[in-house]
Amino acid sequence: MTLELTIAGARDALRAKTLSARELTDAHLAAIEQLDPQLNAFITVTADAARAQADAADAAIGRGEGGPLTGIPIAIKDLFCTKGVRTTAASRILEPFIPPYESTVTSQLLRDGAVFLGKTNLDEFAMGSSTMTSAFGPTINPWQRTGDDTRLVPGGSSGGSAAAVAAGMALGSTGTDTGGSIRQPASFCGIVGMKPTYGRCSRFGVVAFASSLDQPGPFARTVEDTAILLGSMAGHDPKDSTSMDRPVPDFAAACRRGVRGLRIGVPREYRADGMPAEIERLWQQGLDWLRDAGAEIVDVSLPHTKYGLATYYIVAPAEASSNLARYDGVRFGLRVPANDLTDLYEGTRAAGFGAEVRRRILIGTYVLSAGYYDAYYLKAQKVRALILKDFTDAFGRVDALLTPTAPSAAFGLGENMDDPLKMYLNDVFTVPANIAGVPGISVPAGLDADGLPLGLQVISRHFDEETVFAVGQVLEDAAGFTAKPAIRAKVLS
Amino acid sequence: MTSASAALDPAAVRRIARLARIRLPEEDVAQLQTELGAILGWIEQLDEVDVSGIDPLASVGQATLAMRDDVVTDGGQTEAVLANAPARNGTFYTVPKVVE
Repeated sequence: MTLELTIAGARDALRAKTLSARELTDAHLAAIEQLDPQLNAFITVTADAARAQADAADAAIGRGEGGPLTGIPIAIKDLFCTKGVRTTAASRILEPFIPPYESTVTSQLLRDGAVFLGKTNLDEFAMGSSTMTSAFGPTINPWQRTGDDTRLVPGGSSGGSAAAVAAGMALGSTGTDTGGSIRQPASFCGIVGMKPTYGRCSRFGVVAFASSLDQPGPFARTVEDTAILLGSMAGHDPKDSTSMDRPVPDFAAACRRGVRGLRIGVPREYRADGMPAEIERLWQQGLDWLRDAGAEIVDVSLPHTKYGLATYYIVAPAEASSNLARYDGVRFGLRVPANDLTDLYEGTRAAGFGAEVRRRILIGTYVLSAGYYDAYYLKAQKVRALILKDFTDAFGRVDALLTPTAPSAAFGLGENMDDPLKMYLNDVFTVPANIAGVPGISVPAGLDADGLPLGLQVISRHFDEETVFAVGQVLEDAAGFTAKPAIRAKVLS
Repeated sequence: MTSASAALDPAAVRRIARLARIRLPEEDVAQLQTELGAILGWIEQLDEVDVSGIDPLASVGQATLAMRDDVVTDGGQTEAVLANAPARNGTFYTVPKVVE
């Protein structure tokens, strides 16, 4: 029963003292012990610290104190620096790194009383859509196709965080989304994942991938739970000059607004060639649900959608090649012994970075190099301006957009690995929101013919997360998605 | 730009790796030439877009950079700063000899 709770439900039970934080944490640690050997969702489990935090939460509740997350066990993507706890970014180059400081997002979660169960697996430096690029091995999706034991990817890059929540090993988790790294794994794992507006959550202490695109956000099993988590994660931080000084609204209250009178846009360019019919049908179903709940459905055009991915795969590697220049073997992380300094750099970086990271650094280096900067990087920045204008124009006519989250359900381990371009296509529906910096959510809305979850994505204006949550809640209520991965039955019985 | 990816010969791959300070085993050059060439060729679809008169957009961040007083806000963290050093000597990082 304990593992069936939502964050909102657990909070009520803790306050009513029908459940202790220690019991709640122990139940989740037991689930991790039982399931994680098969799923590999965690790189580091911090059981002792979690129990100590839970005991402190019980003491706080006993004194009548406590914050919005007191005693709630969550998992943290291993891209957030956590003081005194190894933070690897799923890379060999950061394997020995123990941050002497805490990221702003995780410090705010701790301030509000959350219990950290451990650090979750991801694609190396968040570069990937499957967790297959992790130096610690892939995470396995808790879901399987009906009557088929093929092991599936959880999506990525925040695949460990999504799998942990889907399997019942945590009530919620943190992710980061640079091109869909929260929304796509949420869709693949049948849970809710939310990418806030760029600037809503501080990036301080989050290992950087592409700084103008990266944005931390929450995962949970309900829309309201992601709203509760975002309420703690969000807010201005003087340590991040791109974090916005704006009030943090009551996101959970916005979930109850409904959609009556809202105009919902259907971007016609998202009807991709070769999209499975069942995803097309689910999308139509989502539009019908919103219409039935009082929204008006409007066709809109985002004419530069087609160029989103190519723009992304110039801008993101360019920024990554710059950000990852700091991994040189001198101040922290791996060092490969060498006879001179250039050898030290080249040897350390060759040994420390995996194939995908190396590929993206090389692309980024190339598009920024003399002679190619204008043709690639500058051009991509101009197309980025056009993509942003598409969204601005659309949001002059509608309040939110509804699209599928991903062009497929979860795929098998190792599929799409031979061809980097094919893998990149997974992000076709999620990348534009990062390029424009607008908020988006993925809500589980149905199952495909193989019994795998499919998500719908809601996108809204800059800093209008409240509309995203309002629309997401209506989809959640209408979909009534109650399916669970079979593996959860093991710990629920 | 049309021929940019075609120009990605083995020497260009080695040059990029050198700029990126990543040692590249010779046996990896051919495969990377293929992979990087395919990605760059695909990226060139942006040539279809008319960007005349468009200003480049580096970031969608809507924050204007805040100014603050030029004062020390933190300090005296030598041990924390050096805590992850792969090699150190007292309060200094050490690297292989740079100057003969």
